[in-house]
Amino acid sequence: MRLPFRFAGQSFEALGSGALWWPSERALLVADLHLGRPDRMARRGGALLPPQGDAETLERLTAAIEAVRPARVISLGDAFDDAAGPEGLLAADAAVLRRLQPRADWTWIAGNHEGLTTPGFGTALAEWHGGGIAARHVARPGAGPDISGHYHPKARLAGRLRPVFLVGAGHLILPAFGAYTGGMDCTRAPLPGLTVPGLGIVTGAVPRAFPLR
Amino acid sequence: MTALPQPFADWFAARGWSPHPHQLALLEADGDSLLIAPTGGGKTLAGFLPSLVELAGSGAGLHTLYVSPLKALAADIRRNLSVPIEEMSLPVRVEDRTGDTASHTRRRQRVDPPDILLTTPESLALMLSYPEAPKIFANLRRVVIDEIHALAEGKRGDQLMLGLARLRTLAPGLSVTGLSATVEDAGALAAFMGGARVIRADPGPAPDVALLPTMALPPWAGGNGHYAAPDVMRAIEGARMTMVFINTRAQAELFFQKLWEVNTANLPIGLHHGSLGREARGRVEAAMAAGELRAVVCTGSLDLGIDWGDVDLVIQVGAPKAVKRLVQRIGRANHRYDQPSRARLVPANRFEWLECLAALDAVAEGDLDGEPRPDGPLDVLCQHILLTACAGPFDDYTLFGEVRRAGPYANLSRAEFDACLDFCVTGGYALKAYDRWQRLMLRGGLWQLRDPRAARDLRLNVGTIVAPETLSVRRRSRGGAPIGEIEESFAASLSPGDTFLIGGKVVRFDRLRETVVEVSDAGGREPKIAVFNGLKMATTVALAGRVQAMIGASHAALPAPLADWLDLQGRISALPAPGCLVAETFPRGDRWYLCLYGFAGRNAHQTLALLLTRRMEEANLGPLGFIVTDYALLIWSLDPVEDVAALLSPEDLRAGLDAWLADNALMKRSFRAVATVAGLIQRNLPGRRKSGRQVTFSSDILYDTLRRHDPGHLLLEATRRAAQHGLVDYGRIEEMLRANPRVIHAKAPHVTPLAAPMLLEAGRVAIRGAGEERLIAAEAARLMAEAGLDALDGTEIVAAQGFGGAA
Repeated sequence: MRLPFRFAGQSFEALGSGALWWPSERALLVADLHLGRPDRMARRGGALLPPQGDAETLERLTAAIEAVRPARVISLGDAFDDAAGPEGLLAADAAVLRRLQPRADWTWIAGNHEGLTTPGFGTALAEWHGGGIAARHVARPGAGPDISGHYHPKARLAGRLRPVFLVGAGHLILPAFGAYTGGMDCTRAPLPGLTVPGLGIVTGAVPRAFPLR
Repeated sequence: MTALPQPFADWFAARGWSPHPHQLALLEADGDSLLIAPTGGGKTLAGFLPSLVELAGSGAGLHTLYVSPLKALAADIRRNLSVPIEEMSLPVRVEDRTGDTASHTRRRQRVDPPDILLTTPESLALMLSYPEAPKIFANLRRVVIDEIHALAEGKRGDQLMLGLARLRTLAPGLSVTGLSATVEDAGALAAFMGGARVIRADPGPAPDVALLPTMALPPWAGGNGHYAAPDVMRAIEGARMTMVFINTRAQAELFFQKLWEVNTANLPIGLHHGSLGREARGRVEAAMAAGELRAVVCTGSLDLGIDWGDVDLVIQVGAPKAVKRLVQRIGRANHRYDQPSRARLVPANRFEWLECLAALDAVAEGDLDGEPRPDGPLDVLCQHILLTACAGPFDDYTLFGEVRRAGPYANLSRAEFDACLDFCVTGGYALKAYDRWQRLMLRGGLWQLRDPRAARDLRLNVGTIVAPETLSVRRRSRGGAPIGEIEESFAASLSPGDTFLIGGKVVRFDRLRETVVEVSDAGGREPKIAVFNGLKMATTVALAGRVQAMIGASHAALPAPLADWLDLQGRISALPAPGCLVAETFPRGDRWYLCLYGFAGRNAHQTLALLLTRRMEEANLGPLGFIVTDYALLIWSLDPVEDVAALLSPEDLRAGLDAWLADNALMKRSFRAVATVAGLIQRNLPGRRKSGRQVTFSSDILYDTLRRHDPGHLLLEATRRAAQHGLVDYGRIEEMLRANPRVIHAKAPHVTPLAAPMLLEAGRVAIRGAGEERLIAAEAARLMAEAGLDALDGTEIVAAQGFGGAA
């Protein structure tokens, strides 16, 4: 299910999975995949997480691509948990990612985790511009309109924190798309300053809007 | 009998004391001992006497380790020990070491340990994880474990016994002394210690325990005991100092309030429970120690701890739930050895009246209840293996042997050990992903940390207590001093304006700011809510069995109101009795009710109700909700259950359990605890959550991932084992079905005398088909309507708000 809305004069659709469809640019945007997180934690001597986290993320990404058939996929940064992320993928996961390559043009915006990094295809950029809007990893106050990720926003509805899109006047912030990601309550600074007043869209089987006040 | 060495004999004589026989017995004991003594029997001094006598001849380095479940107890013991040490001028240095000890002191203790170190299981596990551990403990002669009966009830005891096994390797010839309150099976507790000689102190005179006479009869339902507040007040007025135990924090808050309403003499009465801030609890404890209070209303938070000699009356409000715990609570009164403890029971409703009578019988017969201890859990072993690696390389054969010498792991198979080791080394996944990044590496036949820096995180994760996430409660005005803590899930259920009780005051919920619940004073109004979530203890198998037997037998000896009630039940429907499971169905209004008298405790009943309603949903009976108590469960539905025996078929229930486990909040909560203890997720340390954004992700994600991709994983197995007890308590459902092979289905014409109180109970659980999505949809719709946006679709919302952008 998708929820249509407008931001910066353009029409968008929020997907229940947390991906954003931008019909006029035929672009699918996703933020904070954090691929390679299990490998990075293990490498640093931390906990050995169930290794299927990346497979879950890639499965969801594949589903989003099949749903909208984009011309372009834009990762809004932190696609990889660090610059060594692409090499740390399990062989099967790397193969899934390679199979996705011919489905669209790929833009990998640099995040604070991986910097300018690609998995061997697509273009790594600091920012991408289209339709009068910037796509960057972190929203820049006063320099909108921009679409970004980074904060992993969540909102509490019916007692539970769920990932949300935050749609303000000048900033559109995406929820984290990766399986192994936490989140941050959207009432916590600096998020209200960026997106209030505005609209929250909670992810889930059916994305639903609620006001941000 | 060994006589006391001279300075000690003189010291006892100077104080007009003579040593108790059990104190002397411990002194002459060879090897490991378990001392069973009531509180006030000079138990702790007995535990230390051999150490002091040996140390009087001077030792070198750490001689005695004292482990207690409470930090406060360690500090108190240090003060108490200083008296004989100073008065006899013994050359003995005593220090404590807990989570509160300053880091420079802890560092110094690693290099220059005292003669006697007082600590907790967690601090001991931490000390054992340092490379210096072999040096620190090389000269250790004695270990004293206080309140071992309490530690043995949970994972802290398992961890401590693993630590003890390690200590026995580091310091061969070590003597261990366990100090325990009265328990039902001293032999089992000794086996938990890895074997010990049991020494029993004279239990002293039998306690004076009875029901508290009350003006009114207990009500039919409810658990708060408010009807008895004036009677409890009179009892407090007639005693020197009273401890009023009540089962839950919310009930303690409410009862405290009711007590003050009838406290016409303005006696100093305090409140103590686990949701109060540490400072607030400390103030009450200090006031009690100073004899400034006449009564304290408390929960299990005061089951253990410092002995207050002035307490001369214990009142238990609400069902005692466990005979053993009741006896231990009774022992809190009159710590003087030669006087009987005085305790009074106040049932909160008619069923509890039966339970109180059953408990009195059990106390009189000395029939303490207790379930056999399950084998040591695997998550604790995983943590132990990782912490052992932090101390230095180990070989798995030796470690396996050592672990098996810990009582709880005596039955551990090599396969189970290997599975735990594999979890520590590779994560234990079916999909081999971490060959390059194993957490432990085999070098020269010894396992060691691949990355020594990992030791820091592993040490931060030490311990087996996984508390629910809590949020602190602060007043918005007045500097925002913390009042207490509430569980996150309770906080999430509050809406602005809701009032609840905490610290004896009614406060209004204003807002949730990050990890702080902001409240303001709401005056003395009735609180809207007084529920802190939190584990509700289930009545034990033995005590519930006694209640079942009491209902099934002749009612001649019972008080008339109870006898009349049960006799009427017998005429209208059927009476539960040992060996037969009574289920009643009856219509009421446009609903059908099924009441099942399982006597399996509230946790098992809740699990059973969830399973049964699921099966009723499949059978299209339209289950709408249920409620559980320790004695029975009541389900209401649109259509009646015709075949109760089929509904209760163990095979189908077991199959249902497996499916139900797939997505169950209780299982996810159990998994979170298991995964945290095993080190799969880092515990949320206080402070870490406050600093910036939450980088950790929910353990639910890991649970779902494992269920989907690796259902045989060790931690899922550990979670399933945990579900046999505790919150899910599936083992008791099986036991209920086994012990009550006869199922009686009584079709009553209307609500029955035993079922009627169930209808009055609070805590109904509604069954939701597609639960959460519908809740979220409703809340989003409500918020949109509140903002006047409900008539608009998504596209127009942004435009109407006037922030549609510049284009």
